[in-house]
Amino acid sequence: MLRDITIGQYYPAESVIHKLDPRTKLMATLVYILSLFLFRNVAGFAAVTFWLLLVIRMSKVPFGYMVKGLKAIVIILVITVVFNLFLTPGETLISFWKLRITEEGLRNAVFMTVRLIYLILGSSILTLTTTPNQLTDGLEKSLKPLNKIHVPVHEIAMMMSIALRFIPILIEETDKIMKAQLARGADFESGNLVKKAKAMVPLLVPLFISAFRRANDLALAMEARCYHGGEGRTKMKPLKYKRVDFIVYLAVAGYFAAVILLRRF
Amino acid sequence: MNFIEARKLVHEYIRRDEEDNVESILTALDGVDLDVKQGEFVAVLGHNGSGKSTLAKHLNVLLAPGGGTLWVDGKDAEDADNLWAIRQSTGMVFQNPDNQIIASVVEEDVGFGPENIGVPTAEILKRVEKSLKSVGMIQYREHSPNRLSGGQKQRVAIAGVMAMEPKCIVLDEPTAMLDPNGRREVLEAVEQLNREKGMTVILITHYMEEVTGADRVYVMDNGKVVMQGTPRAIFSQVDTLKSYRLDVPQITLLAYELRKAGLAIPEGILTRQELVEALCRLY
Repeated sequence: MLRDITIGQYYPAESVIHKLDPRTKLMATLVYILSLFLFRNVAGFAAVTFWLLLVIRMSKVPFGYMVKGLKAIVIILVITVVFNLFLTPGETLISFWKLRITEEGLRNAVFMTVRLIYLILGSSILTLTTTPNQLTDGLEKSLKPLNKIHVPVHEIAMMMSIALRFIPILIEETDKIMKAQLARGADFESGNLVKKAKAMVPLLVPLFISAFRRANDLALAMEARCYHGGEGRTKMKPLKYKRVDFIVYLAVAGYFAAVILLRRF
Repeated sequence: MNFIEARKLVHEYIRRDEEDNVESILTALDGVDLDVKQGEFVAVLGHNGSGKSTLAKHLNVLLAPGGGTLWVDGKDAEDADNLWAIRQSTGMVFQNPDNQIIASVVEEDVGFGPENIGVPTAEILKRVEKSLKSVGMIQYREHSPNRLSGGQKQRVAIAGVMAMEPKCIVLDEPTAMLDPNGRREVLEAVEQLNREKGMTVILITHYMEEVTGADRVYVMDNGKVVMQGTPRAIFSQVDTLKSYRLDVPQITLLAYELRKAGLAIPEGILTRQELVEALCRLY
């Protein structure tokens, strides 16, 4: 069950999108998400669809692989559809029993579903084509201005990358503790929800203790290697914009302008 | 002056209750004298709780001396201004391979140290390549550390220290969590660094077999240095070692037992080869 966690899932491939600077990809994703909530007619919808398909095609990540990520939001999608369909006031199309479907409701339901699906697909392109390290590097550099208002940007990025590094280790450890407790007669499977939650305590306590011990060790090891925060630090692989990044920035700007213009129709 | 000079080094772990009253004092180091010359391979032996890890943490100033003096590379460890210079000149490798690798890619982890001390980008790449080569891990530079074996992870950790171009490496029980193959891998890498690059090595361990290649051995017990000398001199005193709850290598023990049984075998046999030769000479 624990192996299904796919945080920071990266799909290695040789594509233009993979080679882009993470900052470019972050910005493009942000603009894309904004555009999703800006379009309000079929023309805008067509433009967004075209853009999404183009980027998916260029990323060389198999479409089926991406769709798998949608499984996680099926429940949210169903709830969205139901609420929009039945609870939007307006011109009644069909009504039965106490429920009625309105024209606006139908429209909202369709658009909202599309928006959510596009949102997941679009942002998964970012994580599928960018390694976690590039992503944290990109975030650190893009958010650097926030340093001026005392946001510890470097520290946050460092924590993120360390967290990503330790996810597989902690999962392995959870597995080990689980087996050790099972061997001592612990029961994680049977009983109702409350009982199951209670059964997690003997799993979580040792996991937390070991995580703290690891954190302590890691802090020592980092200090021993002269880590003293972001000041005076150089980068082994500094981020540098290439020509293709500027072209992509222009394309993104063009796309955004098109979506806004299409709102008028 | 020696590279490392400790005189009457003392360290106490003090436990306090909520009102800041001293509950108990554990003296981990009790007047330790240590001298290590540049290029030497020194081993520190001791069973659990003998203070050897505390000593290791002083050499890198992860702990500050509670008494006595400690000079590393001609710098006083008590002076806070020397902190980063000392940490750079004496690198440290710890016991748990997983808890000292910071990045999710091997080469980025090796680059972590040089990044911290502000080495320019081009130079970092050169150093990373050089130090990964020196421990024989260059073909894994793009791998994730999670897929490596324990011995490989420890070699990456050693490369991470090497990339900072230290003069000395302190290894705090680097093989305690490894299988025999991993142990051999790590020890070979360490011995090679000492031999070929003249790296000063301080190996902290409780495995006797690992210290036979050292120039000098210190034995610690209860926070004190109780024996010091060449491995041969140390291992010839089997009874004394046993009183400090340490086991001598099997071969040495066998030679010792044979000697006690009346065979004319010299003291301080360290390797199988030596024992074979000694036995052949008898008949």
